Amino acid sequence: MSEFLAALGEYGFLQSALIAGLLASVGCGVIGTFVVVKRIAFMAGGIAHSVLGGMGAALYFGLDPFAGALAAAIASALLIGTVRLAWKTQEDTMIGALWAIGMAVGVLFIAKTPGYASDLMSFLFGNILLVPTEELWLMAGLDLLLVAAVTLFYRQFLAISFDEELARLRGVPVAFFYLLLLCLVAITVVLLIQVVGLILVIALLTLPAAIAGHYVHSLGAMMLIATLLGALFTSLGLALSFGPDLPAGPTMILLAGGVYVCSAFSSQMIVRHRARRRAKAA
Amino acid sequence: MAEPVIQVEDLSFSYGDALVLEQVTLSIESGEFVGLVGPNAGGKSTLLKLVLGLLRPQVGRIRVLGQSPRRAVRRIGYVPQFPSFPRDFPISVEQVVLMGRLGMGRLLGRYDTSDRAAATGALREVEALDLAKRPIGALSGGQLQRVLLARALASEPEILILDEPTANVDQRAETDVFGLLAELNRRLTILLVSHDIAFISEYVSRVACLNRTLACHRTLEIDGDTVQQLYGGHVRQVAHGH
Repeated sequence: MSEFLAALGEYGFLQSALIAGLLASVGCGVIGTFVVVKRIAFMAGGIAHSVLGGMGAALYFGLDPFAGALAAAIASALLIGTVRLAWKTQEDTMIGALWAIGMAVGVLFIAKTPGYASDLMSFLFGNILLVPTEELWLMAGLDLLLVAAVTLFYRQFLAISFDEELARLRGVPVAFFYLLLLCLVAITVVLLIQVVGLILVIALLTLPAAIAGHYVHSLGAMMLIATLLGALFTSLGLALSFGPDLPAGPTMILLAGGVYVCSAFSSQMIVRHRARRRAKAA
Repeated sequence: MAEPVIQVEDLSFSYGDALVLEQVTLSIESGEFVGLVGPNAGGKSTLLKLVLGLLRPQVGRIRVLGQSPRRAVRRIGYVPQFPSFPRDFPISVEQVVLMGRLGMGRLLGRYDTSDRAAATGALREVEALDLAKRPIGALSGGQLQRVLLARALASEPEILILDEPTANVDQRAETDVFGLLAELNRRLTILLVSHDIAFISEYVSRVACLNRTLACHRTLEIDGDTVQQLYGGHVRQVAHGH
């Protein structure tokens, strides 16, 4: 750990990596909370994996993979969202198809792109040590967009997450806000892919919010705690992986997963303990 | 004479081949307390969805407060039979009731002071103000029903529509809810759906019996024949002196 702190002062790429993790944790806290309470983790997984298609295409045509990822994520969010609104029954099949098609397209493009194919691994599992400085500004911009959208339309997002029927009866344009929420999920997925890669994104998107949900009973508190947990997991994961030269992404995810499992068990125990104590007191 | 607050004319509706509503005509005047009864699958929920603008009529016409149902729906307070949300959602009672204020006032940002005042007033009216800070998952069936009623009242509606409001609560809570509705009926028109014709007949001013087609009765006219026509021959009337 002290080795990491010493290196952090010395190397710019480590500082960039730390900042990238902190920037990603804002999205993971704010939007991850909606993903957890609205139970759309599978949908977010579909969006994340279809992103490889956009990255591969961007790489093949010599464009910025980040822009390709963002475009692909938004496109698949709108497609999945529209399908769900139009014919509800086919939703999971559609997500599964988009998931696989996106990856297949991406792999084909990457295979046909001249040069070496090490990029594929960093797309899949992330390489936080390679995040360029200008991309940090882009990440900060996207964070700002997420927070602004959620602040402005908090009531509407809360309503469509909690009770779609009521939202519709109160005249909230449910389809519009649903698609907007999925676009915010898409943006968050792209942010997190910079840090842990597209395979592991789902864990970082859902676990901090799920852990927060074990202990607090308001959306705002969940967002705050999930953001802090996201920051903790990315920073600590980076630090722990540095000494033994482990890949940072998987280290962060194992950390988050371990805490989640412990938290799920202990919160269950607490609930049972309280129930037993109450029963005895009666 | 004033225009009826809910006017349904020659309304028919079918899901695929199944005709659910046939030539239904119903007119509800301001200040009435109408009970809509009928067997399960008799079309009660479908009629409600049409009045609320969630479905569009295939044949016939509906006007609510002189407007199309979709336009008028914000002036209706609706209490669903089953809560259409997960009970483990991390949200407080106060936040749930505030949601009744959506579609009023400003579009962006947070609820304002008038929203909060209306939510507090509605919770007080249903005697659930002490529950305001509780998470929604911690409520009993009867408490939840009161909170859903408060959510409907928070929008300061002109019409209150309730779908089986006492299906999931015990007898005592049921009596309380009906007492409260009688009180609210002084300022609101109420349409209440129930499958329990015997129980509601002592509270409502008129009963509309729906089993694909609709027939209306003044409360006093209901007898064994009416019940038998509506439900078929399998219901025996139980004498109940209250």
